[in-house]
Amino acid sequence: MSDPMAHRIAAATPPALAHRIRGLSDRAIAWVFVAPTIFLLLAVNIFPLIWTIRLSLTDFRTNRPNNPVKFVGIENYRKILTDADTWLSLQATAHFLIWTIVLQVVIGFALAYLINKKFRGNDLWTTLIVLPMMLSPAVVGNFWTFLYQPQIGLFNYVIAFFTGADPSSFSMIGEVGLAPWAIVIVDTWMWTPFVMLICLAGLRSIPPSIYEAAECDRASKWRQFWTITIPMVLPFLMLAVLFRGIENFKMFDLVVQLTGGGPGATTQLVSIDLKREAFEKWRTGYASAYAVILFVTVFGLASIYVKALNKVKDR
Amino acid sequence: MNREDWTMKAKLLKTSAALAVVAAMGGVSAAQAEDLTLCWAAWDPANALIELSKEYEAQSGNTMHFEFVPWTSFADRMLNELNSGGKLCDLMIGDSQWIGGAAENGQYIKLNDFFDANGISMDAFIPATVVGYSEWPKNTPNYWSLPAFGDVVGWTYRKDWFAEPQNQADFKAKYGRDLAVPKTFAELKDIAEFFQGREEDGKKVYGAYIYTERGSEGITMGAMDVLYSFGFKYDNPDKPYDMEGFVNSDKAVAGLEFYKSLYDCCSPPGMSNAYMGEGVDAFKSGQVAMQMNFAFTWPGFNTDPNVGGDKTGYFPNPAGPDGDQFAQLGGQGISVVAASDKQDAALTYIKWFAQPEVQAKWWKLGGYSALKAVVEDPGFATSQPYAQTFLDSMAIVKDFWAEPSYATLMQSSQKWFHDYVVAGNGTAKEALDGLAADWHATFEEEGKY
Repeated sequence: MSDPMAHRIAAATPPALAHRIRGLSDRAIAWVFVAPTIFLLLAVNIFPLIWTIRLSLTDFRTNRPNNPVKFVGIENYRKILTDADTWLSLQATAHFLIWTIVLQVVIGFALAYLINKKFRGNDLWTTLIVLPMMLSPAVVGNFWTFLYQPQIGLFNYVIAFFTGADPSSFSMIGEVGLAPWAIVIVDTWMWTPFVMLICLAGLRSIPPSIYEAAECDRASKWRQFWTITIPMVLPFLMLAVLFRGIENFKMFDLVVQLTGGGPGATTQLVSIDLKREAFEKWRTGYASAYAVILFVTVFGLASIYVKALNKVKDR
Repeated sequence: MNREDWTMKAKLLKTSAALAVVAAMGGVSAAQAEDLTLCWAAWDPANALIELSKEYEAQSGNTMHFEFVPWTSFADRMLNELNSGGKLCDLMIGDSQWIGGAAENGQYIKLNDFFDANGISMDAFIPATVVGYSEWPKNTPNYWSLPAFGDVVGWTYRKDWFAEPQNQADFKAKYGRDLAVPKTFAELKDIAEFFQGREEDGKKVYGAYIYTERGSEGITMGAMDVLYSFGFKYDNPDKPYDMEGFVNSDKAVAGLEFYKSLYDCCSPPGMSNAYMGEGVDAFKSGQVAMQMNFAFTWPGFNTDPNVGGDKTGYFPNPAGPDGDQFAQLGGQGISVVAASDKQDAALTYIKWFAQPEVQAKWWKLGGYSALKAVVEDPGFATSQPYAQTFLDSMAIVKDFWAEPSYATLMQSSQKWFHDYVVAGNGTAKEALDGLAADWHATFEEEGKY
């Protein structure tokens, strides 16, 4: 039975247009559907990237619209790569990146392993553990600034309780030796639940029959852990490392809120350095070159990592 | 005459009377009512300005809107607005150091002709504020703003603790002189050391709060406030932008060493990234005996339930080792944003704001007027407990670079000062050598050599 509405629409469609649509090949229809996405991608991602690369070869400054823009070739790249401050920022970023990932993976996996066991209040604990990652980084940064406050901060009092030190004798965010660890602790507190959830998904995807077979073969719990659990969760763990690595490479808000990049430049991560060049010093060309270098670094490392991840998955 | 006729006549009379008042105000009214947006920092004086501006709204028929941004992101947000040619702000009360960039990049409109046409004379304002907030190039009669809010870094102290007999006796026994407002920075440090860790009002207190903020301009404002009086100079007075031996002179090194020693010995724990707000909190909560802060904070202390009234005293920056005495200028001028479509209406606001009666009311509401007629009034110095200190401080001001590249220059000083004072890396000499080299590189990029 034909639909009168469809008839009315068909009748209202101009014959030429209807013919054109009917005459489209599958390939053409596919293009019609994909084109808006491609256009959006070009406008939002590819064009800015090309524009950034172009700007990186100039001495353009956004706050000097009247100044003539000079082509400087790779001068900005040379300056960045020979600037000691850039390498200090990269060092600070590497410290932050490595330690947050190590701690989050170890603690996240341990928590997932515990939560995966059946026990009373399991759901409640899961909910409580994931709470920190639901908060805004600005809120977390502000909140931990108070926790780290030497006179009233809970963190200092807890440390003092266990060590017997005077709580106001040390400042987590004000001392060169402690500040890099202060930001690692906060990021670990906030994002370990994320790693835990991914690991939990991995642990729950392991069929119980594999463990049952291992039991039949009299494999010890320790052997089961190393030969079944770890290999089968590894792709998930690697995925978590990838996500956290990319996220922490561009970490900005949390650290700015906590330390402002200080003391000195101790916690000045590359994203903070880049922001200062781009939007405080307004060295747009220089900052564009900086952004391109960081993009290539992240893209390169991520590509290598994804290849390794695929190999692990294929095993 | 029926009731409707009476009502109509009454309305006409009211309208005529209102128009007459507006005309009597010297043509402040705009030809057509406009919605104006004024951009400034989010702080106490901004609230006073909202109150003050109600009068302007009533007189002009224009409606005022306000965009206030917290200090720590004020420069970021507003410079972004100016640089992008945004139309959010018709009027900008921008920081004094922006004037060079805003003038050279055409972000503010030049006000000379407007001032001439409306009888506004810059001679009527405190000279330091005219140079600091309005002129570019400095010391030339090219005006880009009207001094709006005079401000300067000074000190507050706990008068009640200073006056306490036991403290007086202990201090005299230790230092051989009375515990009194410090005349020199050396005296200030003695007092800070004396109070550090002492018990007052039943709790442990600390000597002095000083600026250490890393992100925007905090530690530079604080360190410079001390360095000036020790002999720091931005450049060779006879050869502009020649900084070697001036920025990193022995006297400047001694000044920076002093600032670090004050931070190490006498500031409260955890104040490693602290600016105006943290200082206010530290002082109001009774943590510190003395506090470095901008004058705009003083009215708040005066009325505070914990430290208000006779408990708080004020003093200008003390002198350095050679008797030089300077203070860091704060404050801002009000400008018309060149990208605004409502420049004529915005100018009526500046004309209204420049009037002596409005300026007098501005002071009463908590705004620091820079108009001589207000501050030189015989009753001014005694009108508030901090008024004399404000006058004394405004007489000794110096300001940071106001070059178009000020933001780059500021980030360099923030980095070097914080790295030495708070992080404890290197020496004061190395920090100032590094700073001089960075500033030189910036000016070289600017084509100053």
